[in-house]
Amino acid sequence: MSFLLALAVMAILALVLGAILGFAAIKYKVDEDPLVDKIDAILPQTQCGQCGFPGCKPYATAIANEEAEINKCPPGGEDGIRKLADLLGKDFVPFDDGGASAEKARSVAIIREDTCIGCTLCIQACPVDAIVGAAKHLHTVIESECTGCELCIAPCPVDCIDIVPVGENVNTWKWRYPIIQLKKVA
Amino acid sequence: MMRTSPHVVKPTPLQLVMLKVAGALLPGIAVYVYVFGAGIVLQLLLATVTALLTEAACLKLRNYPVKPFITDGSAVVTAWLLALSLPPLSSWWMIVLATVIAIGLAKHLYGGLGQNPFNPAMVGFAVMIVSFPAQMGRWNAPLSLLSHELTSWQQFGYILTGQLPQGLAFDTLASATPLDAVKTGLTQQHALPDILQGAIFQAGWLPSEMGWIAAAYLLGGLFLLQQRVIQWHKPVAFLAALLAFSGLFHLIDPARYASPLFHAFSGAAILGAFFIITDPVSAPTTPLGRLIYGALIGLLTWLIRTYGGYPDGVAFAVLIMNIAAPFIDQYTQPAVFGRKRGSVGAKGGKA
Amino acid sequence: MLETTREIFPFHGGVHPPEMKDLSNRSPIARGPLPAQLVIPLQQSIGNPAKCVVNVGDIVGKGQLIAAPDGNLSVAVHAPTSGRIVAIDARQVAHPSGLAEWCVTLESDGRDEWIARDKFDWRGALERGDGKAIRDYLQLMGVVGQGGAVFPSHLKLGGREALQTLIINGAECEPYITCDDRLMRERAIEIVAGIGIVRKMLNAREVLIGVEDNKPEAVHALREALAHCGFAAEVVVVPTLYPSGGAKQLIKLLTNKEVPSGVRSTDLGVQCFNIATIYSIYAALEQAEPVISRIVTLTGGVAKPGNVDALIGTPIDDLLAFAGGSSAREYIYGGPMMGFTLPSTAVGLTKAGNCVIAMDAASFPPKAPEMPCIRCGECAVACPQELQPMDLYWFSRSKNFGKAQEWNLFDCIECGACAYVCPSSIQLVDYYRFAKSEIWEAERAKKSADTARQRHEFKQFREEREKAEKAARLAAKAAPKPAETAAAASADAGAPAADADDKAAKIKAAMARAAAKKAEAGDLAAPPTQVGNGKVPHVLSDEQAAKIRASMEKRAAEKAAQEALSPEERAARDAERAAKIEAAKAAAAAKKAGADTLVEHASASSEQDASAADTPAKSALDEEKAAKIRAAMAAAAAKKAAKEAGAASPAAAAPDKDAVAPSPAASTATEAAPAKAALDDEKAAKIRAAMAAAAARKAAKEGGEVAPVAEPAAASMTEVVAEVAAAAGTAPAAASTPEAVAPAAAGIDPDKAAKIRAAMAAAAAKKAAKQAAQDEGQA
Repeated sequence: MSFLLALAVMAILALVLGAILGFAAIKYKVDEDPLVDKIDAILPQTQCGQCGFPGCKPYATAIANEEAEINKCPPGGEDGIRKLADLLGKDFVPFDDGGASAEKARSVAIIREDTCIGCTLCIQACPVDAIVGAAKHLHTVIESECTGCELCIAPCPVDCIDIVPVGENVNTWKWRYPIIQLKKVA
Repeated sequence: MMRTSPHVVKPTPLQLVMLKVAGALLPGIAVYVYVFGAGIVLQLLLATVTALLTEAACLKLRNYPVKPFITDGSAVVTAWLLALSLPPLSSWWMIVLATVIAIGLAKHLYGGLGQNPFNPAMVGFAVMIVSFPAQMGRWNAPLSLLSHELTSWQQFGYILTGQLPQGLAFDTLASATPLDAVKTGLTQQHALPDILQGAIFQAGWLPSEMGWIAAAYLLGGLFLLQQRVIQWHKPVAFLAALLAFSGLFHLIDPARYASPLFHAFSGAAILGAFFIITDPVSAPTTPLGRLIYGALIGLLTWLIRTYGGYPDGVAFAVLIMNIAAPFIDQYTQPAVFGRKRGSVGAKGGKA
Repeated sequence: MLETTREIFPFHGGVHPPEMKDLSNRSPIARGPLPAQLVIPLQQSIGNPAKCVVNVGDIVGKGQLIAAPDGNLSVAVHAPTSGRIVAIDARQVAHPSGLAEWCVTLESDGRDEWIARDKFDWRGALERGDGKAIRDYLQLMGVVGQGGAVFPSHLKLGGREALQTLIINGAECEPYITCDDRLMRERAIEIVAGIGIVRKMLNAREVLIGVEDNKPEAVHALREALAHCGFAAEVVVVPTLYPSGGAKQLIKLLTNKEVPSGVRSTDLGVQCFNIATIYSIYAALEQAEPVISRIVTLTGGVAKPGNVDALIGTPIDDLLAFAGGSSAREYIYGGPMMGFTLPSTAVGLTKAGNCVIAMDAASFPPKAPEMPCIRCGECAVACPQELQPMDLYWFSRSKNFGKAQEWNLFDCIECGACAYVCPSSIQLVDYYRFAKSEIWEAERAKKSADTARQRHEFKQFREEREKAEKAARLAAKAAPKPAETAAAASADAGAPAADADDKAAKIKAAMARAAAKKAEAGDLAAPPTQVGNGKVPHVLSDEQAAKIRASMEKRAAEKAAQEALSPEERAARDAERAAKIEAAKAAAAAKKAGADTLVEHASASSEQDASAADTPAKSALDEEKAAKIRAAMAAAAAKKAAKEAGAASPAAAAPDKDAVAPSPAASTATEAAPAKAALDDEKAAKIRAAMAAAAARKAAKEGGEVAPVAEPAAASMTEVVAEVAAAAGTAPAAASTPEAVAPAAAGIDPDKAAKIRAAMAAAAAKKAAKQAAQDEGQA
């Protein structure tokens, strides 16, 4: 008899607590960022399409739908893969090209002014509208907006666009990781 | 490589800190020798040699440079604390084993200097008292209470070989420690005042002759405080808690609960307060955290002494609180400059 | 003498390193040397570097503006002496990175002649309540905080309402440095006058001058000067304890107010100025003297330590020579607690440079090796910001930056007190600096990623909108067509008049052509009319994929070419790849011909859209341009083919291949424009011819580099050019050199053609040169 009583008490307790929890879950629901936005926030937004998707957001969507691997974004570097792996609770996957896409210094496109014919093709190719110019007029790259995606290289009929790495200056210079000489180098 | 600021440094190398700690132990050791004989010197020697050898071997194995680490003195301090915690006439292998465990297991397996979550000396002591309770309980009586003479050489011989001179058995030398005596007496339903009539408790102002050793430790501890090698929070909180709880219960029932003075000057209380719990590596670093840490060790020590299975509780109290140190740190972060309560910047709350 | 009635509110922590001040504070300030050359960095404040307003070769007078402020955070830079500007270039500056920044190099003429100066009537401006005029003037005079932070002073003088406390920082807590000490002793009158100005500008109720108790002479001098100044100010003597000269610490000492990080001290009713800054403000307003010099302490292992009134831009080498020379290998710029070692002694003195210490081996022995942290807490005891340095160290070291920020990393003032007391000799501040710059970098990256995302999204939105508009227009156009009433069609579409109709027709034609070509090329992409269905594609369309692929391949090809093994191998591989690229190009060209007209159409409509500010201007695109583009594409294709051929097979057969390559492209281009006017046709053909010529020339060049049979190849190239030109029906048959082509083109648009040709030639030449260099390298 006491066995049944205990069972009944437990069952009622479970019901009541379950109801409270269920109510709380609805009442105090936290609107979290959708997964796609979280992934998109990690991606470097170069919009270069090297992942096989037309831009970062589509790639983020694909990752969120588990349609794409997390190691398709060379501009994000291995650090980016790590962050994605952390976010999604997955294992780190190295780039599948054996490290050829390993981290690259931030670079921007530069139009050689003496060669540009003002064809506007690069303007159309630029995913972030970082090239300005008009037909038959010299084009130029707004360096601060350029993501270095290299999409403007191919359309240029006169090969006047170079991708140059952005060097550091005294304002962007970083203090290096201090070298600890505790342990002997084996 | 470019040099970076600050370009000047205060000359307080780690060695000096450890040297001061070792120096502060000397008065206690001197009184110890007076009370129990020179056996402890051999124990200290054995512990030191073992500690240095173990340290060197571990550093070699871990591919660290041996010299800077072996000379920092931290291993020696650990070894001395262990030697001072074990019975003075225990066999040589006990101190060797305890030291190897302390240095090898509790220190280097966790990553060496600065990385150990537990106080190495207390790990060594705890392992010994759990593994060899009988041997760890074999304390000899103070020399003044012995009916036979026991020379230094006889003590050394006993430590190394286990042999006593003809006609002398260890049982004739043995005596319970004050804490042990009280614990046993109380479990046998004796009243505390009766227990305290025993010979070992006749030592002037202090509860026992071991209390005088503790008093000498106190002297060393005050030296460390004065030298700013240790900060006041932990010893003060520890002793305050120990005294408060023992005092409260002593007032309630003097026949069952020992006096605060007895608790303070028995066992490892003073040694613990100034030399063991002040080990910074395994303790919290925030001022409030240190107070909490010290106070809880004091409380736990009293609880274990009064209700636990072991006569002294310092070692276990320290180990238990070591576990809690990171947690205490996390929740006792002090307000930084300009972000104190009531000031303009006190908005960004902490997690 | 040093008694103070005021209560002092000690800050937490602090350290007391050996002061070493009497090395340099015994002799009066000496007039600095007039160096032969001065190197003046353009970035002399936080914010943007100043904009240079002089040119190389200009003759400037002392005090003449050489760089104007760029933005509110930036201040002007002036010529410290008279002379000639000999260089404006990137040179190493006094910065821990040792990087080069823009500097003006001035060759002094030895006369040190001032330009004409007019005194600014600051009193009048103040009476008018025109504080902004004074602030602007100070910005133009280059006044910045000279305690080390180089924060522009004019930004600190803009008070909305009366200030409670004005604090003058004469603490000078860093060891060795004595420049403020000497300044206070020798120029107390001027300083007090400067304080009077600042006090008036800020309307300060209370003025406190904080001086450490190790400078009794300075305290005395200031008190003497204050006795006659006519306003209330108090010299408060504070105990010598580093870092009492930190602004936050001094404010705490004098007022018991704690300024948290990220909060301005004015919000707490306090403003703090350095002594040297006050002096600069005085000199600027009362003597019309811009900041062209400062007092700098030369000390440590120099023969004659002391303080020097040195011109900004004086190379440190000259200063050291002035101090009697030194044999030290490294020099600290700033104090021993917070300064950095100079990357070179050739750098010029900056406005922040208060001290140069020659690091002699006795005072600055090599640092002990770092030992593990034992969490002893000494650093927490020393930290004036009441941080937990050992925890920050732990987080920074393990690159756990989030946690470090949570533990208030950015409250750290990098004073170095923690590292100074560390028994394990850990360079704690290095870890904090590392963590801070990593966090800043991550923030920059995040910001630029956010901008890129916004811009990309806007571009997508814009493209969608254009497509939709175009589709609507086409639909409107197409619907009435069966009825064969063009007028009705334009009326239905709401298009204004016949010229719109005309344009639409043109577009249609272009679309048709594009579609036809696409079909020809076997391209499977959907015709452009079907693209505008208003949905962002979630997978790349074939067209986009092709584009990206082409881009990637191109880069890959370039890279491969650069690292190629032998000319033969490279040639073989290039040939293969080029074939691919060419195919892709042809397809792209075809597509583009269509796409361009689309753009034209769209941009016409976007003119009506006021919000289309971001749209790259494309309205000028017209048929002529399309032709040019086509020509350019063809030429590029030809060029590439030529290159390939030249590289792949040095045999004489190569040119034949070349001759074929451009022709189809050229002819498709020609075919693609049947509707064009005769004039356009002619022009396009000419351009094409010019392009082809350039390509041919380039191929010839390359052929010359790679193959021994260069001359025949070149010869047949010219033939090809002639052929192409002849086929176009405009150029004389003798068009064997670009020069010869020129007159042919002259008839229609000589200017433009020449330009294009020049561009092409330049590109070709550059490529050839590169190629040659590589070949040489490999050979």
